[in-house]
Amino acid sequence: MLMSHLLSLQIFLPLLGVLGIIALPKMSDCSARWVALGASLLTFAASVVMMCGYNGSNPAYQFVEKGAWFPSLDIGYHLGVDGISVYFVLLSTFLTPICIISCWHAIEKRVKEFLVAFLILETFMVGTFCALDAILFYVFFEGVLIPMFIIIGVWGGARRVYASFKFFLYTLLGSVLMLVALMTLYFQTGTTDIPEMAAANIPFNMQIWLWLAFFASFAVKMPMWPVHTWLPDAHVEAPTAGSVILAGVLLKMGGYGFLRFSLPILPDASVYFADMVFVLSIIAIVYTALVALVQEDMKKLIAYSSVSHMGFVTLGIFTGTQQGVDGAMFQMLSHGIISAALFLCVGVVYDRLHTREIARYGGLVKNMPKYATVFMILMLGSVGLPGTSGFVGEFLTLMGSFQVNTYVAVFATTGVVFGAAYMLVLYRKVIFGEQKNADAAAMPDLTKAEFGYLVPLCLMVILFGVVPGLVMKDISPSVKKLLDRYHLPTEMPQDVAGVSVTQGVRHD
Amino acid sequence: MTEVFMFSSIEPMVPEIFMAIAGLALLVLGAFNGDKAANQIGWLTALAITVTIALLLQTSAQPQIVLNGLFVMDQFAGVMKLLILLGLLVSVILSIRYIADEKMARFEYPLLMLFAGLGMMIMVSAHDLLSLYMGLELQSLALYVLASIRRDNAKSSEAGLKYFVLGAISSGMLLFGASLVYGYTGSTNFLMIGDAVAQHKEIGVLVGMVFLLAGLAFKVSAAPFHMWTPDVYEGAPTSVTAFFAMVPKVAAIALLIRLLFSAFPGAIIQWQEIVWALSAMSMAVGAFAALRQENIKRLLAYSSIGNMGFALVGLAAGSGEGVTAVLVYLVIYMIMTAGTFGIVLSMRRNGQELEKISDLSGLSRTCPTSAYALAILMFSMSGIPPLAGFFSKFMVFQAAVAEGFYGLAVFGVLCSVVAAYYYIRIIKVMFFDEPVAMYDKGTPFARKMIVGLSVMFIMVFVFNPSPLVDIRRDAVTVFFPHG
Repeated sequence: MLMSHLLSLQIFLPLLGVLGIIALPKMSDCSARWVALGASLLTFAASVVMMCGYNGSNPAYQFVEKGAWFPSLDIGYHLGVDGISVYFVLLSTFLTPICIISCWHAIEKRVKEFLVAFLILETFMVGTFCALDAILFYVFFEGVLIPMFIIIGVWGGARRVYASFKFFLYTLLGSVLMLVALMTLYFQTGTTDIPEMAAANIPFNMQIWLWLAFFASFAVKMPMWPVHTWLPDAHVEAPTAGSVILAGVLLKMGGYGFLRFSLPILPDASVYFADMVFVLSIIAIVYTALVALVQEDMKKLIAYSSVSHMGFVTLGIFTGTQQGVDGAMFQMLSHGIISAALFLCVGVVYDRLHTREIARYGGLVKNMPKYATVFMILMLGSVGLPGTSGFVGEFLTLMGSFQVNTYVAVFATTGVVFGAAYMLVLYRKVIFGEQKNADAAAMPDLTKAEFGYLVPLCLMVILFGVVPGLVMKDISPSVKKLLDRYHLPTEMPQDVAGVSVTQGVRHD
Repeated sequence: MTEVFMFSSIEPMVPEIFMAIAGLALLVLGAFNGDKAANQIGWLTALAITVTIALLLQTSAQPQIVLNGLFVMDQFAGVMKLLILLGLLVSVILSIRYIADEKMARFEYPLLMLFAGLGMMIMVSAHDLLSLYMGLELQSLALYVLASIRRDNAKSSEAGLKYFVLGAISSGMLLFGASLVYGYTGSTNFLMIGDAVAQHKEIGVLVGMVFLLAGLAFKVSAAPFHMWTPDVYEGAPTSVTAFFAMVPKVAAIALLIRLLFSAFPGAIIQWQEIVWALSAMSMAVGAFAALRQENIKRLLAYSSIGNMGFALVGLAAGSGEGVTAVLVYLVIYMIMTAGTFGIVLSMRRNGQELEKISDLSGLSRTCPTSAYALAILMFSMSGIPPLAGFFSKFMVFQAAVAEGFYGLAVFGVLCSVVAAYYYIRIIKVMFFDEPVAMYDKGTPFARKMIVGLSVMFIMVFVFNPSPLVDIRRDAVTVFFPHG
């Protein structure tokens, strides 16, 4: 019973926590934190059970639940995970408890509301990645806006109102166009079921318009240049936990959407628009990396670096090659861990000094050696040093793009260099150098709790960097199945994609 | 002429007849007891409405046309009447305490609502241009008086006068249209008109139809016939505004549906274009004009214009799905509006009513329950899933897309994004801004119940949306007998 509803369990367990917090208004803030942590840990446990039961060699949807939800409109309650979504579910349920711990002392006002918003957010995130019905997907996808708007707006920094409005309206504008596209798809294919939609053939002219509508939504969510401007604002103003989830999970919804809708349902249009996506991706990779180089705010720098890294993801996805898409998937997961951890690191020093200005710090290695170590691992992961998870994703993506277009690969590779530049500069300014400010020099090192949640993240960065096959063995079969339907450009023979590094990795 | 009077010939009208008698009896009671009995009469009116609902539920849903084709009772009418009566009940209950607080407790107040409701019931059942006009005017006259019921207040009087003058013009247009239609088809009966139009569409009939539509668009407050709405909403007492926002629109849209699908199905191509334009303009006006409003009643006025625009999207589709979507839209809109006004009515400080959006500042600190309720209502109004407001918008746009109205659907969703701005601005004021001062305590229990039920509904609708949709769909089969 429990096993057959494992996905529903993960979606609705956080809501139980919400009910618990609301139903007991007399509860102290501290016990509310424990309730929220308990609910999110239970959800994570359910995810771990799911991971153990997941059969990686089977590319089909697993843990499928199918029921009636809105029969008069043919909308079903259809859940399931495959290699593309299963790790995103895990990532969401993994990051939520970490966020709740990380804001244990950082959030002091309106604690219960914060926790409620966070748990609702978790429900929507998990639901987005599990939904196999397009409308159900949309409900979760868009529902995310409500808690995130509140989280940024209530617990955010000085310009929180501006940032939260920008976030909300930008994302909503993209999403509603997708909604019209979903309705159109329904009348083209007669179903809202994603796997069935993917099996239908849609005329090319229609595909073009639908693709653009989906693109409007996912490109904003991703975010791709030039619609990325909401992200730096949202990141800078959001509280640490909000930034972590935003960078760790919400950005991945865009990439996930491309893989779930654009590629399988609209393959011809995806090929047609691939060059445009390449150009936008390269601009994102190079331009935002340069922008990141001159930032004075730590969070803003990491936000721009996210846009740059997401450029690799879109690049990889639209190469339509096995390595490219594998790499994009890996890049998303790796970025989900690394950027989340980097924001947590910023949160650590922000909690102590209440500023994110890079110039206010310096020489932290002397008084915070543990912090310096953790930060170093994450920084190198973000740079893409071989042996960290960041390397695998970028390398595979570049491999994939090289097969499709050499120029694209060359330009994208320069982004790696710029990426190294801004992260190393950030590290040098914050961790090394003079101890200019007495208060920065007096900051205590990581507490046990901080150490406790950062170390697992660092270990994962290294683990996935050394043994990418751990994850790839689950992802690759589903990606292969996806690409089997996807028409490659004519000058690209299909079997080139089959010969891949990932296959070598998969067998170890 | 020798037809013997049979009870069965008026049986479908029992709810209306009861309502009329109850209203007259309460009027007598009020005339004897004066304004001090306003409170009791309010509750008695609520009781009378409840009894009417019970009678309505007893009435058979078999389509029956009585009074020589003036009056029709079918499932569509039944469902719409139920909705109107529930809205009326909520409005009366919301008002009772408010009019006492505002020192305008007059015994006529609930009775005027009752008679307006009676007019709407007749509108919904109208099957002839004459009964249409009779119902419409009974409703309108009661509404004009309600708008200006605070007669020593300049704004209220202005609202009533404005409403009356513009309403009279629209009635004139409607009558002119009706006479043209009569002149060209030779009948005032909807079915006869339908037959005549189906045989040959003469330009005169179409001109008449346009005038009829213009007159009704005024009642629905669809742009470009919306000018009166913000002023009347702002000037009328808030409880009356709540009533205006909820109930008359439902009746007017029901009448519009009945007229278009019974009398002018032959001219569907023509009226679809008109409804299309009305809908697009209303959505745009509702979205853009509300952006800079500071008064919450004016804001809600523009919001209601926009909402009617969204509802008309479904009508423009001209299909059974579309009409179903319109009805679902109206139900959900009414429930959201009831909740919203329930909270707006409770915005009082030191015995004074507050109407500014800035008066909501920091409500999440001073009165978290109301703030959360209003936040949920506003998210729902802006159409964010998983709240009910999303599904109503979803259904109307889906109906439009199904009929190939892509342009209207895209325009509509874009307007809904613009509209989302002012809805979330209210949330911003409540949650992100610093609190000012507490509101007065002592929100009556009934009002809390209404707000609570409304919020509950829009939150749990997502778990089982089907029953409501199915009931509406059955009701619509009246107009689409072949599927």
